[in-house]
Amino acid sequence: MVNAQTLIKCRQLTLGYGSKDLVRDLDYDINEGDYLCIVGHNGSGKTTFLKGIAGLLSPKSGSIELCGGLNRNQIGYLPQMTVVQKDFPASVEEIVLSAFQGKHRLLPFYKSAHRERAMECMALTRTESLRKSCFRELSGGQKQRVLLARALCAAERLLLLDEPVTGLDPESTGTMYRVIEDLHQKGMTVVMVTHDVDTALDDATRVMDFNKISTKER
Amino acid sequence: MPIDKLLFYLDFPFVRYAIIVGVLVSLCSSLLGVTLVLKRYSYIGDGLSHVAFGALAIAAVLKVTNNMLIILPVTVAVAILLLCTGKNARVKGDAAIAMVSVGALALGYLLMNLFSTSANISGDVCTTLFGSTSILTLKAGEVYLCVVLSVVVLAIFVLFYHKIFAITFDENFAQATGVNTAFFNLLIAVVVAVIIVLAMNLVGALLVSALVVFPALSAMRVFKSFFAVTVAAAIISVVCSLVGILVAILAGTPVGSTIVAADIVAFGSFYLMSLIQSKEA
Repeated sequence: MVNAQTLIKCRQLTLGYGSKDLVRDLDYDINEGDYLCIVGHNGSGKTTFLKGIAGLLSPKSGSIELCGGLNRNQIGYLPQMTVVQKDFPASVEEIVLSAFQGKHRLLPFYKSAHRERAMECMALTRTESLRKSCFRELSGGQKQRVLLARALCAAERLLLLDEPVTGLDPESTGTMYRVIEDLHQKGMTVVMVTHDVDTALDDATRVMDFNKISTKER
Repeated sequence: MPIDKLLFYLDFPFVRYAIIVGVLVSLCSSLLGVTLVLKRYSYIGDGLSHVAFGALAIAAVLKVTNNMLIILPVTVAVAILLLCTGKNARVKGDAAIAMVSVGALALGYLLMNLFSTSANISGDVCTTLFGSTSILTLKAGEVYLCVVLSVVVLAIFVLFYHKIFAITFDENFAQATGVNTAFFNLLIAVVVAVIIVLAMNLVGALLVSALVVFPALSAMRVFKSFFAVTVAAAIISVVCSLVGILVAILAGTPVGSTIVAADIVAFGSFYLMSLIQSKEA
């Protein structure tokens, strides 16, 4: 894809916490239609880089630019689950719908278009039967699929996934990868941090290896 | 007859004021309480109320007639400091709250002792800390202020309910998908400070936390969606406050601690209900 539109442009990017730099002087572009897999050891800066793209961490120096008319509210994000969420009293539907909060600023209720889209995303991730269930009572795999459904609702052009299959059984892992690959086929740009190198690399169009901080095209 | 006695008391305006303020304050505090408990900020109420106590002492020393002018801005400022510095602060959340909380309490008492002209300092302090009678001595002006602030708080909560949910469940996701989380955290901090200052009148500085955490925790035992938890917490809180105020009037017990006792009873019953629920499942 030679003429693909660039969505994310990193220039001389340095990211880190305190005095520790995890990403140093990185130049990297993510293009429309990419399925980028980010691999590397724990602590090599994969999640930090993803947080940078997600806008959760400001660069210490350099820049991360959203290009090609990409707006922050067109990005879907699947973060690693927090302790707070594991024990949260909320229904699956409430959580999936909350994805639309970035898209309308002041509306105190959800439009029917949002509800329909939420149902579609729940169908894609096979969570529609859990719609009324309580999040804290779901299994790890179900929770992860619910959070993916929420990320899908928000993702119009770019989907950021932080270790989406960690803690899932082989069957749920397979489902997860199929869903992500389907989305990619339909034109979604996907950036995924993962430990599961072999499986992920079957689908990915590009790989970024944080152990070498070098990137290769496939 | 208790009913006759109750009706007799209800003729007094100060009793009606107490009930109005009690219902509004417990409603507001329980709504925000759900968010605070889930965000692991249960102790913020305690911390802020001690700050409000310190500010009250300053107001007393400066002989400001309308002490709200000092208490409200100081508490709001500290709330913003505690809730909005977040993950990058040098002193982390719970430690910061603990420091500010005892610090303000100690300095407040010190100031009152050094400069107070009152003959009965420990009585004054006790009243502020436990709200023993203050809710029954409210003036019409204070009640109006409380009503206006409560209505504003309720309006903000209803208008931004979904945003508050999104930020409570997953602040990172909300921020990454374009929600202005910094603004909403600021808004929540200001609203929490206002509620704490209002609630001090009702139960006193030491017991404010109870109004924030008990209804939310009770509702979370049994209900499974955020909406149900929020509505249930509001109802539990209002009912407990009403029962507490009425019992306090009839039995002559301190208002604040009676309300908190009612909240504890409610928590106990909801805990039992959750046990029965999980047995059936």
